[in-house]
Amino acid sequence: MSGIVGYGAHVPIYRIKVEEIAKVWGEDADAIKSGLNIREKSVPGRDEDAATIAVEAARRAVRHSGINPKEMGAVYVGSESHPYAVKPTATVVIESIGASSSVMAADLEFACKAGTAGIQAAMGLVDSGMIKYGMSIGADTSQGRPGDALEYTASAGGAAFIVGKDKHEVIANILKTVSYTSDTPDFWRREGAMFPTHSGRFTGEPGYFRHITGATKLMLETTGFKPVDFTYAVFHQPNGKFPMVVAKQLGFTEKQIEPGLLTPVIGNTYSGASMLGLASTLDVAKPGERILVTSFGSGAGSDSFIIEATENIDAKRGMATKVRGLIDSNKMYIDYATYLKDKDFIKGR
Amino acid sequence: MMREVAVIGVGLSRFGERWNAGLKELMAEAGVAAIEDANVKSSDVEMLFGGTMASGRFMGQEHIAALMSDELGFRNIPAVRIENACASGGSALRLGYMSVASGIHDIVVVGGVEKMTDVTSAEAGTALGGAGDQEWELFQGITFPGLYAMMAKRHMHEYGTTEEQLASVSVKNHDNAYKNKYAQFHKKITVQEVLDSKMVSDPLKLFDCSPISDGAAALVLAPLEVARKYNDTPIKILASEQASDTLRLAARESLTSIKATSIAAQKAYKHAKVSAKDISIAEVHDCFTIAEIMAMEDLGFYDKGKAAKAVENGETRLNAGISINTSGGLKGCGHPVGATGVKQAVEVVWQLRGEAGERQVKDARIGLTHNVGGSGATAVVHIFGRAN
Amino acid sequence: MEKPSAGLWRKIKPRYNLVGSQCKKCGSTYFPPRIVCKNCGRESRMEDRQFAGDGEVVSFTTIRVPPDTFKDEAPYIVGIIKLSEGPNVEGHIIDNGRKVEVGTKVKAAFRRMYVDGEEGLIYYHYKFEPI
Repeated sequence: MSGIVGYGAHVPIYRIKVEEIAKVWGEDADAIKSGLNIREKSVPGRDEDAATIAVEAARRAVRHSGINPKEMGAVYVGSESHPYAVKPTATVVIESIGASSSVMAADLEFACKAGTAGIQAAMGLVDSGMIKYGMSIGADTSQGRPGDALEYTASAGGAAFIVGKDKHEVIANILKTVSYTSDTPDFWRREGAMFPTHSGRFTGEPGYFRHITGATKLMLETTGFKPVDFTYAVFHQPNGKFPMVVAKQLGFTEKQIEPGLLTPVIGNTYSGASMLGLASTLDVAKPGERILVTSFGSGAGSDSFIIEATENIDAKRGMATKVRGLIDSNKMYIDYATYLKDKDFIKGR
Repeated sequence: MMREVAVIGVGLSRFGERWNAGLKELMAEAGVAAIEDANVKSSDVEMLFGGTMASGRFMGQEHIAALMSDELGFRNIPAVRIENACASGGSALRLGYMSVASGIHDIVVVGGVEKMTDVTSAEAGTALGGAGDQEWELFQGITFPGLYAMMAKRHMHEYGTTEEQLASVSVKNHDNAYKNKYAQFHKKITVQEVLDSKMVSDPLKLFDCSPISDGAAALVLAPLEVARKYNDTPIKILASEQASDTLRLAARESLTSIKATSIAAQKAYKHAKVSAKDISIAEVHDCFTIAEIMAMEDLGFYDKGKAAKAVENGETRLNAGISINTSGGLKGCGHPVGATGVKQAVEVVWQLRGEAGERQVKDARIGLTHNVGGSGATAVVHIFGRAN
Repeated sequence: MEKPSAGLWRKIKPRYNLVGSQCKKCGSTYFPPRIVCKNCGRESRMEDRQFAGDGEVVSFTTIRVPPDTFKDEAPYIVGIIKLSEGPNVEGHIIDNGRKVEVGTKVKAAFRRMYVDGEEGLIYYHYKFEPI
């Protein structure tokens, strides 16, 4: 059975507050903050993109795992903001972690769940014995059109997970994964378009909620687990509100989702969101504790996982870069004009 | 046995933004003046050494030496271009010296030219950036002001050098340039004006930096034994030395000293049988104000860490202790990079002959020129003296 | 597009991962990599040496007048960093709000150096981040 042998995260240090954005568009900051359950979001530096975030997360994951990067058999990078339309982000990652040239590598795209899709692919390769270790990364510098509701949440960050099956190395077993997928046009971005388009309130019930509950219920039904069997749960978090609502609908408590709920303080990191939530939860999980994770990607689909921490998790904790620590250790608040400049929304000199 | 070599003729173009002049006009302006000054016929000239750093980048023109030779009416003589970044001129002079000293040639012309103002200042900065390590410095956007700024910051850290002291270099050189009709700037400035000028790369402001310039300079060299046939006041080249170092600033032993300068200077003093104390005038490579301070220390005029204070005290003004950059230096007179090393020699020759007009240093007997390429990867030092 | 891609490609190892060289004979370390050891000359044989990326600031400045390739990035901080293993390396210093001074401790990070116009390559590189 495959499991997680290491993980790493990266969140840019720059932040913009809801108030700063709301002020520009004449909106009610307090209403947005309570409506979306978000205070501020991360913003990539001028010199950061999905590839640099993926590399920083991947390097931390390799360090945490303690594995020899030359033994990495596959690297997948899930993002909807790959820096190139054609030229894989995964190639930048394999060079920067010192993987060998015999590694399998590809970029994935499934809106916000491409990273968890990559974990599923890595699990299959590891379980089949085709590779020893596989890494999947979810990283984004997500786009939100200035003035659009998404602008309050679309942020930047990512996490990387290394899958292996040596029981001396695995810090958390992945007991099972299932998916729930359909053709649902809730959110999309055409080739060459700078910003995504969404279908307003349609993104909620037929999009997010139907797929998350579909995958999670399928998982619970097929395994016989109940919400009380999990110490923690992580749901995709496009804002701070949806995961709380869906958790309640499925019978999970606020306490279960608390360690992995990061959107209120960093925004929606898209492909990074459920993976950062899982990383942050593993930061506190003790041996034997179970975590339910259900991601969501528009278009649409959800991947659900049951993850159980092993005895090794405590031993390797010293090598982990804690997600909450990363988020809180150094922050630089920027104003809206700087935000526009750093996101390259101003065409100047 | 090497022959002794003399400068028998010198010539300069006016330095500055020469909108009316291209490479050919600049070269002709300086070259004709030098040949007339030397009183030689065009047909007497046996070889030409032409220094230019980046005529290809600035003007799209390579193959400068043959062009220079043709423009000056030298018929079919051997001509070779020397590129050693901002030390191209000084390096050309050294090769000219060697060709005469060796006995291969008698009458040799050394020219230097740069036409820099036909490109944007950003393009000029990129071209000049090639004097450093392109792959590691310029690639990362580390400009020349940036490199010298890091030297300045370190010098301030180690020796307590101040921004006011840096500024005083610029003020002095503008004062000297004010008295030089060939100079780019004829405007006296104050320390406060330097401090108030636009920040380029902290701690260096715009007025700490030498300008983008057009200009040319030329010298005629001859064996000392025949020099008087052409010229009543030949100036003898007492030493011609050069050293190199890493192109990358980061790889040097020190950020506050240019080792190539120290090595070339020590060899030059030894060859000329003089010491730093004997030098009464010096044209040093002040591409940035910090560079003049480091040069004063590396050339042995002042102990390490003492030069900045000396400039501030006025010890290097005209007719003070040692008169440094009487021409106005690169800062005041202008810095057409390939011409600079040759121009420095022209100024020293004028001073030693007593022809420097308003900026004449009294009893100038021994003069030194110091020409640096890049951030210190090449340094050329020449020492000149009156022939009698 | 301004720059040919081979120039990026052939330096990926040092630019991404601070891979320099070490002399097998005398042990001297170098970054960027060299073929000939400065101490041992033609006797030298070099091997790859990856540097950890931690070090301290020897000197630094802010570039306010950039070359064309960096016109959208200015102002930016550059410095000379003494790596803990020995060599001095030039690089960008990320402005993370912490004060940069001579002696400031830094560690290497992975960032974008610049983007070649609308259609050219994206150049990734090590940079240093104050800690």
